[in-house]
Amino acid sequence: MIPVAFDYQRATSIDDAIAKLAASNGGKAIAGGHSLVPLMKLRLSEPGTLIDISKIPGLSGIRESGGRIEIGATTTHSDIASSTLLRDKCPMIAEAAAEIGDPQVRNRGTIGGSIAHADPAADFPAVMLALDADIVIKGKGGQRSVKASAFFRGFYDVDLAPGELITAVQFDPIKTAAYAKLHQRASHYAIVGAAAALTVKGGAIESARIGLTGATTHAIRLPGVEKALAGKKADGIAAAVHNAAADVPEVNVDLHASEDYRKAMIAVFVRRAVEKAIARS
Amino acid sequence: MTTSAPVLPKLIGERVKRREDPRLIRGLGTYVDDLKVTGMRHLAFKRSDIAHGTIRSIDTSAAAKMDGVEAVFTGADIAKVLAPMPIGTPFPSPAHYAVAVDVVRYAGEPVAVVVASDRYVARDAADAIVVTYDPLPAVVDPEAAMTGKPTVIHKDFPNNLAVALVPSGTGVAPDFSKVDNTAVDKAFADAEVVISQRMVNHRLVPNAMEPRGVLAHWEPGKDTMTIWSSTQNPHILKTMIAAMNGIGQHQVRAIAPEVGGGFGAKINIYGEEYVCSVVSKKLGLPIKWVEDRTEAFVATTHGRDIIAYVDVAARKDGKVLGLKMKLIADIGAYNMLLTAAIPTLTMLMANATYDIPAIRTTLTEVFTNKTPTDAYRGAGRPEATYFVERAMDMLAHELKMDPAEVRRKNFIKPNQFPYQTQMGAVYDSGNYDKALTAALKAANWDGLKAERDKARKEGRIVGLGLSMYVEVCGLGPSSSLPTGGWEHGQVTVERDGRITATTGASPHGQGNETTFAQMLADQFSIPFEHVTILHGDTGVVKQGIGTFGSRSQAVAGTALHLAGTKVKKKMAQFAAALLEASEDDIVFENGMVGVKGAPAKAKPFAAIAGYAYVPVPLPQGLEPGLSDEAFFEPANNTYPFGCHISMIEIDRETGEPKLLKLVAVDDAGNLINPLIVEGQIHGGLAQGIGQAMIEEAVYSDDGQLLTGSFMDYGMPRATDFPRFELSATVTPTPVNPFGAKGVGEAGTLGSTPCIVNAAVDALSGFGVKHVDMMLRPEKLWHLIKNAGQGGRA
Repeated sequence: MIPVAFDYQRATSIDDAIAKLAASNGGKAIAGGHSLVPLMKLRLSEPGTLIDISKIPGLSGIRESGGRIEIGATTTHSDIASSTLLRDKCPMIAEAAAEIGDPQVRNRGTIGGSIAHADPAADFPAVMLALDADIVIKGKGGQRSVKASAFFRGFYDVDLAPGELITAVQFDPIKTAAYAKLHQRASHYAIVGAAAALTVKGGAIESARIGLTGATTHAIRLPGVEKALAGKKADGIAAAVHNAAADVPEVNVDLHASEDYRKAMIAVFVRRAVEKAIARS
Repeated sequence: MTTSAPVLPKLIGERVKRREDPRLIRGLGTYVDDLKVTGMRHLAFKRSDIAHGTIRSIDTSAAAKMDGVEAVFTGADIAKVLAPMPIGTPFPSPAHYAVAVDVVRYAGEPVAVVVASDRYVARDAADAIVVTYDPLPAVVDPEAAMTGKPTVIHKDFPNNLAVALVPSGTGVAPDFSKVDNTAVDKAFADAEVVISQRMVNHRLVPNAMEPRGVLAHWEPGKDTMTIWSSTQNPHILKTMIAAMNGIGQHQVRAIAPEVGGGFGAKINIYGEEYVCSVVSKKLGLPIKWVEDRTEAFVATTHGRDIIAYVDVAARKDGKVLGLKMKLIADIGAYNMLLTAAIPTLTMLMANATYDIPAIRTTLTEVFTNKTPTDAYRGAGRPEATYFVERAMDMLAHELKMDPAEVRRKNFIKPNQFPYQTQMGAVYDSGNYDKALTAALKAANWDGLKAERDKARKEGRIVGLGLSMYVEVCGLGPSSSLPTGGWEHGQVTVERDGRITATTGASPHGQGNETTFAQMLADQFSIPFEHVTILHGDTGVVKQGIGTFGSRSQAVAGTALHLAGTKVKKKMAQFAAALLEASEDDIVFENGMVGVKGAPAKAKPFAAIAGYAYVPVPLPQGLEPGLSDEAFFEPANNTYPFGCHISMIEIDRETGEPKLLKLVAVDDAGNLINPLIVEGQIHGGLAQGIGQAMIEEAVYSDDGQLLTGSFMDYGMPRATDFPRFELSATVTPTPVNPFGAKGVGEAGTLGSTPCIVNAAVDALSGFGVKHVDMMLRPEKLWHLIKNAGQGGRA
């Protein structure tokens, strides 16, 4: 629990943070520290410099503009869980936030940190995929935006270059969307977590986006399930998703879930998310 | 020993809030990690990362060269100044060096020591030590280990047997010279039904909120050692530190400052304590080591880990004729202070609450390449309770009897107390039917059954579980403890009438600063706020044993009461002289000391106290001052008991169990402070439920602790529980004047089996007759999925 020595710097603006990251030679940005600090305590991560972005003005907050919602990178899980705007217009992300870790984690951990770290069992990546969110990134070369489906690339691998910072996520709010999660009882990460966003017309699913976390190396979409759900009403959901695990290339195996169990749970939690989502239509 | 009927004046029995809490919850407590001594250096351990191997080489050169590093010691260096560690039980034990000398036997065993100017430097230097090993096969499965497979860990202990097949129970002579199986064999020959089941009471990591820590300070000018440690028993620590440093006990002062939980794992005197002391003495510097959480998972003793083969012989009407229990305890790599004794408590309590006429237990303790076990809340008794209460439920199921009915059929009856068990215990007092009846009523048992049956008709998987328990507490007569089984108390009435009292108990969450002050305030009829309880410092508390085995109130509380009685008598003599009355007529009332029948003569308590310290004139035959002490040795242990009932639901699709209801009726005798008692029960329930549903130490085949952090080792959270429904029956013990039995561990006894009983009841429709803890969702999911295929996970 004793990390190696590191320098600490506090950034005053996004540009200041980017400059400090560039000058730091392998430094890391820290906000809530709930992904990074546990690794540092175990000496699995040994950044020479930490650049604290948690006090940068304007980097946190939940905003609505022109029908789009933007969540600043340093917005905490608990702020997302308790946002009346999100609860009203996009309840899935609020309910996913409410299921992260425990109150202490939610009070410190941030959405930007969760997405940048991309733990294979983190909740927000699945939600970003289901929302088809844009991840807004800033670096020395300026600002760019990446679709969530392109951002999450592999095992702790995201489209974020050294020196770049996530500044916000943006998405069209969708009410007919829901998150369902099987908790690992020690860490409260997801054994599987399913995010379902539906467009529903006349009680039938027109189109679906399903994001899944905990199941494989990184959060993924389930194209086979999405296709099978098209045109289905509530009573057709179970049949459409029962083979959801077939969309998952390599299923994780650990102390808490064997391959068989995790595969079965993928179908269960995808179905529960879709059923909860359609019930919101 | 006083056996008069307890008197219950005004503060005793009241729900007084813990006076410890305001400082603790505001972060104003002082723990070992908060202490600083001028010149203090920091010590870190290099620990083995493999489970079993021979040390080929240790290269300390890079560490020794680092800025701020002052000394590096290997196991061989430490062995020159520190003998192998002693244990506190009369069993044979292999040499156990505080820092491994040639072979490492569990992942986490210390192999070298670094002393540095700074904690971070010490840790960096420990990382810079390079140890190479010749790996040996890891012994992980205790039942394979008993056949010497895959290897033998200690050369003088063939087949890894620390203790082999020690028999106990009916027909066994106390010195084991004779084992007569006639009665047990007859019970099984006469049986109309026999239940046989292998059960596992799995390994747990104690995980006190505060890990361990030590600060040892040898003062060369004074030739004294002061050692601060996060321990449950500073007086035992003092004794051991003196012995291992080759100095007298008069040269050692041991201090347990604020201690953030122990749960039995801080009874043991650890290698880290000895190492800090010998290094401090060698360097002439204060030496501090604080365990981090990663270390704590492997370096602090684990708990439980006992396999039982249980056989019950019974008649068809539910009457149990005999019980056999073959116990195999996986004790890990070494014997620690009480390791070998813990499973003997499982044997001792095999009679449970039942009048079983013939019992045979055998105990085998096995070395494996795991962290050593020792006491963990309940220490052997939850294991006994679990095995017997699961077996009683299996019997009820087999006979299609209500689980309450089969228990009732076998209870020891109130008129049988004191009750001599088959296992050598003498239960002091009990009324088991009363506790069962109270629990059934509190839970609305028949209503719950109807609710369960209705839920099942809706396709839900719901089960009900019930468990009795009886525990051995208030340890105990000196014949039962190698340390001595007494406790010490001293009461001083200060010149201003305030009371300072010291206790040999060393509370670390038990609330004795509050409960003992309640007792003394009542005894002297002075305000609660006028009484201070000191503990945990051998420089202040003359003698003591410590806090474990739910003994504080029954033993230490009584010692204080007896000391108070002596002081009060002397104070009455001063009062009699000052008030010109007979000593027998002196009364202590509401902060005044007066004369019976002459209220006008009363003087403030403080005035009498002041007179005792400036006694002009000095009454004939009296010495000045008001301070006295007492040792209390109980004649027997106490045996609290109770009944717990639970209802759980298992998610048919995921196997996730959810605790819907937990009703606990506990009988701890007379209660000093029901609020604190309930807090103790809440904590015990959390840990008992944790074992059943959330906590499990899991090792890989190569001896690595897979659940070595809170990411994988689940700790129960408030959200895992329903609101506990607590109530009490009161059956006082005759062995101490308060009639109090002890309650610190009770919650861990009844809760665990009652939850597993509920889970098996829930799954009975799937052909399940038994499931081992912990109730992992995947395990239950398999049972549901494989219904009709033998019902085994």
